[in-house]
Amino acid sequence: MSPDAFFALTEALCAGLSGTEILFCQLGGESSDFARLSQNRIRQAGHLQSATLGLSLLNGHRQAEAFCDLGGVPEQDLRTATGLLERLRERIPFVPEDPYLNYSMQARESLEQVGEGLPPAEAVMDLLVAEADGLDLVGIWASGSVCAGLGSSVGHRFWHESRSFNLDWSSYLQTDKALKCGYGGFRWEPDVLRAKVGDLRRGLEVMARPARVIQPGRYRAYLAPAALQELLALLAWGGFGLKDHRTHQSPLLKLVRAERGLAAGVNIQEEHVRGLMPRFTAEGFLKPDRVTLIEDGAFRDCLVDARTAREYGAEVNAAADVPESIAVGAGDLAMPDVLARLDTGLSIGNLWYCNWSDMNDCRMTGMTRFGTFWVEGGELVAPVEVMRFDDSLYHLLGERLEALTRERELILSPETYEGRSNASALLPGLLVSGIDLAL
Amino acid sequence: MHCLSQIADAFRAAAPSCDDWSLRLVAEETEHLEVRQDVVEPSVLGRSLGAMVSIILGAGVGYAATSDLSARGLRDAAERAADWARVHARLGLFDAALVPRSRLRAEYRSPVREPWDGMPLADKLALLQHANRSLAIDDRILDWSAWLAYRRLEQLLVTSAGAHVSQVFESVHPGLLAVANAGNQTQRRHGGGADTGRQGGLEALALHGFLEEAPRVAEEAIALLEAPECPTQVCDLVLMPSQMTLQIHESIGHPLELDRILGDERNYAGTSFVTPAMFGHYRYGSDLLNVTFDPTVAGELASGVADDDGTPASREYLIRDGVLERPIGGRLSQARAALPGAACSRASGWERPPIDRMGNINLEPGAGSLTDLVARVEHGVLMDTNRSWSIDDSRNKFQFGCELGRLIEAGELKGLVRNPGYRGLSADFWRSLDGVGGREALEVGGVRNCGKGEPNQSIYVGHASPPCLFRRVAVFGGGE
Repeated sequence: MSPDAFFALTEALCAGLSGTEILFCQLGGESSDFARLSQNRIRQAGHLQSATLGLSLLNGHRQAEAFCDLGGVPEQDLRTATGLLERLRERIPFVPEDPYLNYSMQARESLEQVGEGLPPAEAVMDLLVAEADGLDLVGIWASGSVCAGLGSSVGHRFWHESRSFNLDWSSYLQTDKALKCGYGGFRWEPDVLRAKVGDLRRGLEVMARPARVIQPGRYRAYLAPAALQELLALLAWGGFGLKDHRTHQSPLLKLVRAERGLAAGVNIQEEHVRGLMPRFTAEGFLKPDRVTLIEDGAFRDCLVDARTAREYGAEVNAAADVPESIAVGAGDLAMPDVLARLDTGLSIGNLWYCNWSDMNDCRMTGMTRFGTFWVEGGELVAPVEVMRFDDSLYHLLGERLEALTRERELILSPETYEGRSNASALLPGLLVSGIDLAL
Repeated sequence: MHCLSQIADAFRAAAPSCDDWSLRLVAEETEHLEVRQDVVEPSVLGRSLGAMVSIILGAGVGYAATSDLSARGLRDAAERAADWARVHARLGLFDAALVPRSRLRAEYRSPVREPWDGMPLADKLALLQHANRSLAIDDRILDWSAWLAYRRLEQLLVTSAGAHVSQVFESVHPGLLAVANAGNQTQRRHGGGADTGRQGGLEALALHGFLEEAPRVAEEAIALLEAPECPTQVCDLVLMPSQMTLQIHESIGHPLELDRILGDERNYAGTSFVTPAMFGHYRYGSDLLNVTFDPTVAGELASGVADDDGTPASREYLIRDGVLERPIGGRLSQARAALPGAACSRASGWERPPIDRMGNINLEPGAGSLTDLVARVEHGVLMDTNRSWSIDDSRNKFQFGCELGRLIEAGELKGLVRNPGYRGLSADFWRSLDGVGGREALEVGGVRNCGKGEPNQSIYVGHASPPCLFRRVAVFGGGE
């Protein structure tokens, strides 16, 4: 859907409001190609065209919300949305006043479009399959446009549209011996793909060595940025939201109370200004450039969405209570020196399926997956069979943290559960003196 | 009600030129009501309507999904699907001749005793406010919520071969949450149906004892604050049906999915420790382990008359007397692997293509009550309600946590223990199964957030199980 079509629909809906009614209209949509690969062949490929309209009807201190799919035919879309708006109007009298209703009453507007023309997905498939000839490549290509809009009877007119691609793939030798790779962005460069496939082939030469079986215990380790991202994705689950903090459900409760600390070099920010997400919230607020979550190992600020802000008397600084554009500050360990500094231990390329062992102590469990090697004397020796870790972030980002890398990796989320994600993370790798493996 | 048949008729009348096509239309209605800390949260109504068009051209197959159901919108979708079918014909993993062509004509409707619309909005909110107040029993309860969710999904599948499969799935999901805190210890307890699900209507409220449950949920959250940590030891383990749901899901359901065994999911959801050569003789568990794929159980979450390829649903044994019999794979995967399977090709909505999915994966009952199982334990732990799940990409090394644990000594239930967890290997764990409760202890439930696939899909799956007894399991509690 185009911004003109969305704002025309918004204006038509707002024209039908009466009395003290206020309407906020949100749009989320995508036009995407998806191609799944397995054994370096196309397993399943297709296209998605979708647009979802969200409606928030306010009347005094009462509100009700709804959403529906739009087809793109203006007259039909207006009929669908008008019918849904009428349903909201009917239910408003039956809902009590909402003390936490919080929408921006300051009209603002912006139009942001990111990304250039993308190559036809079919052409990328031809190139990829040819470049990866002989590899057992498995994964997904996703490309196209993703849009978000906000219009209101107050006068908001926001539009954010990105055209991007995300190739998320891995290459297998046998069973679970594999390396993971990703290439996402806004400008497609075939040479970058060729370079990544070349790196993959060289990495697989080490992966082809017989796997080493190690026993549970504590091991010195390097965690690559992708592995750190998995830890932070779990930490985001209650770690930074103001409501979770005020109701003592945060896994960082002891950190907030200064009963535990992280290493002085740990700095974590929500970088709205760097991120790829819209800068506006569904309630019409603007996000600040950044929110400092953890500074020099101490907890600093929470993420606060509109509703939580009204409940706890805080300022809105996020669209949700989980980070969408997280960044961890760089350290001073140069990437080329990582293995030498590790000397002997584990180089962990990725983690997988992390979950809480005990949130009260920020203790997590998860599995090693993809590109995990045993290192001796600063050299990759052999791949390691998958192992389960069970450890607290108070240790891994605390007294056992030896260094963060100087270089950071920008990781674009390949997630597509609620549509193609624009979330991203800018992360270093981390060297720890020990990580506890349990199984 | 949407006129899905009219849309299908219009599509059929202007059918695209191709070897075969299918059209799957999905209309979904949802509603969410919630009261938190005595405040009614914004109610949310949802309406979704869209189409998935699949086109076969020669050796290729492609799809296109669209919310534009006009004649032009569907024509454009068919053309885009055909574009992908041409690419698939050149670069595809398999020949589209393997794609199933359904001719099934069938209908299904969820059993609903008390329709969602039979209770006015004001009464629903009053009910939730009552339940919510019942959770606030102590100053240590820092957060408390009660909610009701409704979902009605109407689907029509038509194919060029003549299939016409109409299904209406309806469910109501109530839930309660109490969060208790003392010092640095926080405990969350769910109830009232929060951790499960069934098809049907508002009869779910009585089924889960929604109002009656609230005080118990809050009391247990507070009691867990003061309970000792679950001991770290190897001992016997009794799992309640709420946790058996998760155990079956992660370490039987997912590893038996045929697309994982074929390698399709290796980049995301993972592969499987199960190989094609194991079917027919591999000992998956003890003799007590009998697991079925059963879409015929009335009211279970994934019951229906056919899958999303139009394959008629039928009950199949996956594991019988502990021996692995068949994987969970739809007709396409069956053809690729030359293995039997089940009617399990399912999509999360109109915007996603079907893939191999669990339907209802049930552990068949044995004999006896929960008390009978506990009586056989000299020293052990009982665990209830999943709160944490993690398993490796081959679905073997797992670690699960529960909300509530209770010690068992000399055949009797004793005091609560907090932060209980256990870990093991799927391949060993099911062989330690030494007790399966009887039909009177069977609970029918499921999970509503099973994630898998690229692009990602989250879907409902059903699980039924009685409580079960496992011998010599590594259990542990909380702390750093």
